[in-house]
Amino acid sequence: MHDTRRTVLKAIWAIGVLASAAGAGLLSPVRAFAAWNKGAFEAKSTIDAMKALGVANAEDSKAIEIRAPEIAENGAVVPIDITSNVPGTTAIAVFIEKNPFPYAGSFDVSQGAVPYVHLRVKIGESSPVRVVVTAGGKHYMSAKEVKVTIGGCGG
Amino acid sequence: MTEPMKIRVTLQGDVADVRVLMAHPMETGQRKDAAGKIVPLHFIQTISAQLNGKTVFNADVSQAVSRNPVFAFKVKGAKTGDKVVITWTDNKGEKRTDETVVRAAGS
Repeated sequence: MHDTRRTVLKAIWAIGVLASAAGAGLLSPVRAFAAWNKGAFEAKSTIDAMKALGVANAEDSKAIEIRAPEIAENGAVVPIDITSNVPGTTAIAVFIEKNPFPYAGSFDVSQGAVPYVHLRVKIGESSPVRVVVTAGGKHYMSAKEVKVTIGGCGG
Repeated sequence: MTEPMKIRVTLQGDVADVRVLMAHPMETGQRKDAAGKIVPLHFIQTISAQLNGKTVFNADVSQAVSRNPVFAFKVKGAKTGDKVVITWTDNKGEKRTDETVVRAAGS
């Protein structure tokens, strides 16, 4: 008898927890992106990160402009400007291939922003900076090599 | 507590050029402090921007973004006096929202 009552109480409690969790979900801001993609951010290679984001089938494109210094004397702050000339670009993703966790971030430009972004990143050692843009459900990529000098003497 | 963001928005035609500087350590979880202890991961994860209450730009970023992050982006369909609101959240659940208005070019 007591056991049954306890089970029922437990069930009621569980329903309450589920309901409040759903409520919390509804209260969070509406985002075009899925939630922060932990799998992609924790991937240790660019290809694994691209797979986690579902963009591993990106094809090479010359319509993506990546402006970054060829030689960065300070790897802690490397400015990168990205402009996508792919028509209908909705998102821009950035990977620094030789970093311990290559995926640096994604920028959603589908809601009124121009397909352009400027950011400053840490680059641990000389590495290609790979950019993947999404347009019309397809993915396109381009890369630019950035050399990082450790001594800061330009050599 | 966190420092306010510095946000500057200038208009080029009907495109708002938004530049934002955020005060944040962006710890990678790999750096050691003076006592040789690893400084735990602490970094901004999401950024969103609204123009007159409508979300126009979202970003998800990693600890690879430099300390005191700077971002720039451009939003179409803006005019002088429009309100721009930017919010970031980090991996510890800290959050900061700041706002400014669109200024005419050259002012």
